[in-house]
Order: sequence, then C-alpha cells, then structure tokens
Amino acid sequence: MLLEVKNLHAGIEGKEILKGLNLQVNKGEVHAIMGPNGSGKSTLSKVLAGHPSYEVISGEVLYEGKNLLDLEPDERAREGVFMAFQYPVEVPGVSNSQFLRLAYNEKMKHLGEEELDPLEFNDYLKEKAKVVDMSPEFFKRSVNEGFSGGEKKRNEILQMAVLEPKLAILDETDSGLDIDALRIVAEGVNKLRSSENAIILVTHYQRLLNYIEPDFVHVLADGKIVKEGGKELAMELEEKGYDWVKAAGK
Amino acid sequence: MVSYSAVKESRFAEEFRNLTGQEGDQAVRGLRERAFEYYKANGFPTPRHEDWKYTNVAEIAKRDWQVGTYGFSLAELDADVLEIVERFRFDRNGFTALNLAFAEFAVVRIPKDTVVEQPIEFDLSAPAGKAVFPHVIVVAEAGSKATLVGVYESEGASFTNAAVQIIVEDNANLTHYRVQKESPEAFHYGSTEITLGRGSVYNSTNINLGGAISRHDIELKFTAEGAEAWVDGLYMLNGTQHSDTHSIIDHQVPNCTSHQNYKGVLNDKSRGVFNGRVFVRENASGTDAQQSNKNLLLSNDARVDTKPQLEIFNDDVKCAHGATVGQLEEEELFYLKTRGLDDELARNLLTYGFAEEIINKIGIEKIKVELDRAILNRLTTDLGERI
Repeated sequence: MLLEVKNLHAGIEGKEILKGLNLQVNKGEVHAIMGPNGSGKSTLSKVLAGHPSYEVISGEVLYEGKNLLDLEPDERAREGVFMAFQYPVEVPGVSNSQFLRLAYNEKMKHLGEEELDPLEFNDYLKEKAKVVDMSPEFFKRSVNEGFSGGEKKRNEILQMAVLEPKLAILDETDSGLDIDALRIVAEGVNKLRSSENAIILVTHYQRLLNYIEPDFVHVLADGKIVKEGGKELAMELEEKGYDWVKAAGK
Repeated sequence: MVSYSAVKESRFAEEFRNLTGQEGDQAVRGLRERAFEYYKANGFPTPRHEDWKYTNVAEIAKRDWQVGTYGFSLAELDADVLEIVERFRFDRNGFTALNLAFAEFAVVRIPKDTVVEQPIEFDLSAPAGKAVFPHVIVVAEAGSKATLVGVYESEGASFTNAAVQIIVEDNANLTHYRVQKESPEAFHYGSTEITLGRGSVYNSTNINLGGAISRHDIELKFTAEGAEAWVDGLYMLNGTQHSDTHSIIDHQVPNCTSHQNYKGVLNDKSRGVFNGRVFVRENASGTDAQQSNKNLLLSNDARVDTKPQLEIFNDDVKCAHGATVGQLEEEELFYLKTRGLDDELARNLLTYGFAEEIINKIGIEKIKVELDRAILNRLTTDLGERI
C-alpha cells in the first residue's frame, strides 16, 4: 500500500478539523476526495504535504509503510510526495527553469542518481512541457509571476511531470479554471497517471471528474469520510448536492 | 585648545593648497575655494543633522587620507560645462563640498540625435588608503541615446567621494547603472544629480554591495513635461556594513512619471537606511509617482530604517508609495519545501530571487552575471552552483 491514513485527527490553531479520517491508496489508483466547503479537504492536503501551521492531534499516516508525519515537507517531497497548490506561490526573480532544475536535482541527489546540467535539463523540460502544452517561453519567466490562473495550474502540473512523484495530491486544481484550461490540465494529469503512481484529487465540484476519471470517490463531511464509492458516486453528488451526504453522515 | 577635527581640516588644507596652486582655470579655482571654505566651516555631517540621523561618518572624518588621482587629463572646462558645475550643490554637505574642492573632472557628451551602442563605462575605484574625488558630468544632448556605467570597486580602507551630474536633454534617453561593490573596509560617499528635459527618459539601477559605510544621495529634477524616470536600487549587506540611500525626486512640472523600486537585504549586524522623498510641486499636475522600498531582514541583529515621503502640492496626480520590512514568507518557504528544497536552500533561493528582481533590470550581460555571482556568493549554501 502506498498511503494509509488511520483515524487521523488534525486541525489548525487549536481547532480540530479532521475528526477520524481513514483512507487507503494503492499505486495505480486515482482517488477523488469531495466535500463541501469547510469539510476538511484542504486540511487533509496540507497535513499530507506537511504544512507547518497544521497540527496532527492523533492518528497515523503511513507512506510506503513509513511514518510520513515524521518527515519534513522537503523530505516528503524528495521521497515522492507532491502537492499541487490551490494557490501557487509566486517566486519573483527566480526563473521557472532554474527552480525546476534545482528541485529535480535535489531529488536526484537524494536518490543517488545523476543530476542534470542546464543544457540536459532544458531538453528534459521541453519534453515534459508537452504534457501541459506549455511553450518554452514560460521557462525563462519568474516562477508563477504574472501567470494567469490557468497558467499557474498548468505550471503545477508541469512541476509534477518534472518531479515524477509517486503520490500526487491535487488540491482544488480545477478552481478558477475556464473550460479550456481545465481540459489542458486534466489531459496533463491523465498523461501522468500510471501504474507506478497514485493521485488524490481534492475537489469541491464534480466537473473535474468528467475529465479525470477516478477509481474511487470519497465524500468528506465534517472531518470524516461519510460515503465512498466508484465514479458514479460523483454523479450522484452532482445531482443531489452535498446536503444529501451531510445528512447521511449524521 | 586645538580640536581634533581642526587638525584634520588643516591637513586637507595643505593638500588643497597644493592642488589649487596648480589650478590654471581661474573660474574653477574660484569654485574650489568656495567649496573648500564651506567644508572648513561645516566639516563632515554628524548624526545631529536630520539627514544624517542614522549614519555616523566619524570613522571617515578621523582617519588620515592621502588624496589620490585617476589621472583624468582635462585642461579646462568648457563654458557650458562650467555652468553645470556651478549648479552643483556643493553645499549639500561637507562631502559634496570636499568633492568639488578636490574634484577630478570627467566630461561625457553624447552628441545630438546620436545613439551610442557601446556602454560608456567609468571605473571609479580607489586604491587602499587613498581618498578620491571623481566628478563626472554627463550631457545627453537632445534626441540622443546611451548607457552609462559607473563602477566602484575600491580596495581596502579607501575613501571614495564621488559626484555625478547628469543632464538628459529633450527627448534623450539615458540608462544608468551604478555598481558599488567596494571592499568591506571601504568608505563611500556619492551624490548623483539628474536634470531631465522634455520627453526624456532616465532609467537607473543603483547596486550597493560594498563598503563599511556607504551613502548615496540622489536628486532628480523634472524640469520639462513628458519625462519619465526609474530610480531603482538594491542594497545587500552583511557583517557590520552600513548603507544609506537618500533620494529626492522632484516633480517641478506637469505630466512626468517617476518609478522608484528600492530593495534591501540585510544579514548579520548590517544596517540599511532608505529615505526617499518625492515632491510634487504646485503646478505639477498629471504627475504619476510610484515609490516602493521593500526590505528583507535575514538576521535578528540586522536593522533598517526606511522613510518614504510623498509631499504633494497638487490634486491632479497619481501617487503611491510603500515600505515593508520583514522576513521570508512562511507560505513561500513551504511551497519551495514541497518541491524538495530543504529549509536553508529554500531561504537562499527566496533571498536570491528578492535581490534578482533588481539585478534582472541590468541590460549588460557581463555586469549582470558578475552581480549574480556576487549575490550568490553571499548566501549560505552552494545555490550558486546549483542554479
């Protein structure tokens, strides 16, 4: 098993948000975590990525059988955990290609594999950029600076393509995207989906799941998973709304 | 009782007599004498002066300095250049007075409607132990276009006291890079006076990396409509370095635009000072003035005093200013960490990026690469080899 979350209680600033969450993810699977605002979706993403503001109260998270919560965010990343941000951060003054090569080489160094020099990396990056249909013009620009909402999300998926994580958590990747940008981002994710990795899609809306078909859908309400099923559950949610599951959770 | 400073003044006086003894040009000699009188009467500024509240130059005042020379050979000043020199504000302080008294003049004239592709570069470095007094006059004649580079790379405990007077005539375009990367023991004072004509463009980037104590006074005047200026800069300090920038941007006429983006990176026990005044005079309607001073403190012992000041005497203007002093953002650090960068590397990368925003303005590849290296060398990791 790639990821196992057991009875996880976590929160922020003393407020408990996740109240006993369980989740099991295997390689080759795509899981959708759906839920209304405030249900704890974002908290789950941030706890898995290791955001310093979130605290784990109790429970366990095993990643490849090891305690994920013992690792710093950068250690998690180098071990193959990736989170695509809902609001990607701008890094003025640092070009996308500088940043991506640095991140890539940090991972390679950690794995004891060969690092790439700028020329080699540029070729690698050009290949990867095809995944999200990004032009090399974006490589020279500062990370996310002056990018449109859609470009930022594509850039997140480009980073995922470059870093080749084993576990990718996409936090509200569909938010703020028009239909064309959504299609490009979703197609990118589909190209990266493989039997060697797993993807967790955290989303409020069913819309994204029209493009990326999940193997499992988990519905989160008030910090717990209240309903689980296959992709048809997302359709049902779309029809009946979240009140339906909130009621079921009580 | 003979005071300590009186002893020093008499020593400069001897040097001054030697210099003026050789001065053939009566008009210039007269100017030098007036300036020296001012210096003798006022000495170096002290923290009692409002403009020098945070910058104590006693270290400069108390040392022995031999007057050095670059060997600029300039027989005499043309009448119009002399007129420019006469407008130099030598009475700004004791430094400017001393500069004019000992000024070693260099004149650059970019002829009317001429585009000079090759950057015009001045190396204004001083050798250890010497005091130098370069005074550069640049006239970009109407419709001309050029790039001016002033590099200060003084060695050891030197004292550079530089003045630059710039006239950008109607519709001329001047790019100006000022790079101060003197030794950490050096003392530096510079004043830059800029006058902008109708429809002219002046775009400057001022980099301050060196010096034990450095101070730069900038005064830019819009004297005809439709001109636009950028007065940007970076100070990046460590150890016990002290760097002070005082700037005045003076909108005296309507419809001019000014942009000022100064950034500071302060580590260890360093100290930065930014004082930026923007005047919008009564008749300067249609002014657009933007000013920003952002500071990054990398250590608990570093300190910055920032004071952006807008003084607006006209209602029909668009002005904005702001100053920040802070540390690296947690959210930015977290983002980089989730991409596999450890805490120190993430901090270094953000610091580099913060400084790079200014360095990236520099259009001369050789200088940009050198500054890049200088900045990367100040970081605590091998980031320089990794990006």
